[in-house]
Amino acid sequence: MALLEVSDLSVQYGRVTALEKVSLTVRDGEIVTVLGANGAGKSTLLKAILGAVPARGGGVTFDGADITARPTHERIARGLSLAPEGRRILISLSIEENLLLGAHMRRDAAAVHREMDAIYARFPNLAERRHMLASCLSGGEQQMLAIGRAMMAKPRLLLLDEPSLGLSPLFVQKLFELIRELNAGGLAILLVEQNTGKALGVAHHATVLELGRVVMAGEPAALAADPRLREAYLGDGG
Amino acid sequence: MSGYLTGVLVVLAFNVIAAYAVYLPMAAGQLNLGIAGFMAIGAYGAAFLTNEYGWSMLAAVPVASAAAGLVGLVIGFPVLRTHGIYLALATFALGQVIAAVFLNLEVVGGAAGYTLSAYAGPYVVFAAAIGVVLVMLYLSRTRFALYLTAVKSDPTVADLMGISVRGVQVAAFALGAMVAGFGGAFYALHYNFVEAQHFNVLLSVFTVLYVLFGGAQTVWGPLAGAMFFTLAPEALRFGEQWRYAIFALFIILFMAIRPQGLITTSLFQGFRRRSNEASP
Repeated sequence: MALLEVSDLSVQYGRVTALEKVSLTVRDGEIVTVLGANGAGKSTLLKAILGAVPARGGGVTFDGADITARPTHERIARGLSLAPEGRRILISLSIEENLLLGAHMRRDAAAVHREMDAIYARFPNLAERRHMLASCLSGGEQQMLAIGRAMMAKPRLLLLDEPSLGLSPLFVQKLFELIRELNAGGLAILLVEQNTGKALGVAHHATVLELGRVVMAGEPAALAADPRLREAYLGDGG
Repeated sequence: MSGYLTGVLVVLAFNVIAAYAVYLPMAAGQLNLGIAGFMAIGAYGAAFLTNEYGWSMLAAVPVASAAAGLVGLVIGFPVLRTHGIYLALATFALGQVIAAVFLNLEVVGGAAGYTLSAYAGPYVVFAAAIGVVLVMLYLSRTRFALYLTAVKSDPTVADLMGISVRGVQVAAFALGAMVAGFGGAFYALHYNFVEAQHFNVLLSVFTVLYVLFGGAQTVWGPLAGAMFFTLAPEALRFGEQWRYAIFALFIILFMAIRPQGLITTSLFQGFRRRSNEASP
């Protein structure tokens, strides 16, 4: 069943069109990746799904409900959560406070603490330093914290905006293992990535954006074999 | 307690309350340079209600503080559309306008000032200041404190997490105005006299300095700043007429060396780490 349905979504920044009639579907338990160069509209798409930028046209349906005009906090309450580009951890807060902030909409303290324990179990690095400032974390650990913070909202669809950006190869490896694990637990993921090869490796579906438009969509294997994509994003110009 | 010491501690109590009034919006990333105006609302409110309507202090102080908070709330919405230096200018102007209104309000004595008959003794003032500190300490342990930090350090990410950035900013501004009104009310009740000229821009600027000096990162900063600014000039009395020059020089040096203020988050972190290492 379609969990997220984006249909003909358009977004405008002033006179600049950031997204032009973009459509995309994420089904329960699926990983869908959105690929494209810088400025293709990938981050804008995630922000529009979350309601942080207004849609000029088209619509977003989540779990059968039209959320196009709903505010961000309501979309989060319904089960959408984002780990933003550049991680954007609050370095003046402790690791635990960052996680708590991710759960700020939830009122069931016991459930929130169960969630936190599950995240600490997954990331022992964070557990050890839970009361230390988030500024003490490495880039890779900050990304884990950013994902942990997003998970604290107990999402049904996790939005990841370029999570591998700036990470060491070892952490990129770990990150994609994590994405697989989270997905194996039943979580649907919408993954915006620059690391085309890795993203196609984990995704069930892929969509390629160019200047705000969908230029390709389909099975990752088919896309990976497509000469246009290979040329543009896999550094395989030959 | 000697009269001198009591006098200094009363000033300290008022400065602590005022510092927290500035701290609240600053914790959300906003500079309120018009805090004296909100103090004036509290002061004149308490004076008017006790004088003209014979209200008890217990009723007049909350209503006067709420009035200051309400003005903060109503004005906060348009004023907080501005940012940075423009917000500072807007709040600065706001403080001046409020003081000017009271200066011209004949019903509360106009430029001649306004005498009160109700009186709050020094211990009532101390209790009020301690009460404000305790409420602030409590607030610092709530979700609201996390919202303040999120809105201050990264409004974009706060927005993406479904936090109402403007809601938090306006709430912090209005709460700060309410605390200012609370302090102003006790100021009037203690000194039994209010005049609009007291609530001038210097008062606002000094209060901001307490917070910047003490540090706006933690809830302890304003307390430390207000204590330092109140007590240090007294301690420097040996310097006679030079004491303010010595004091000013020290402030300049301090802010150059430690712009983040006296008390910082990482200072607490240091304590915490050391105590963790000490325990097995």
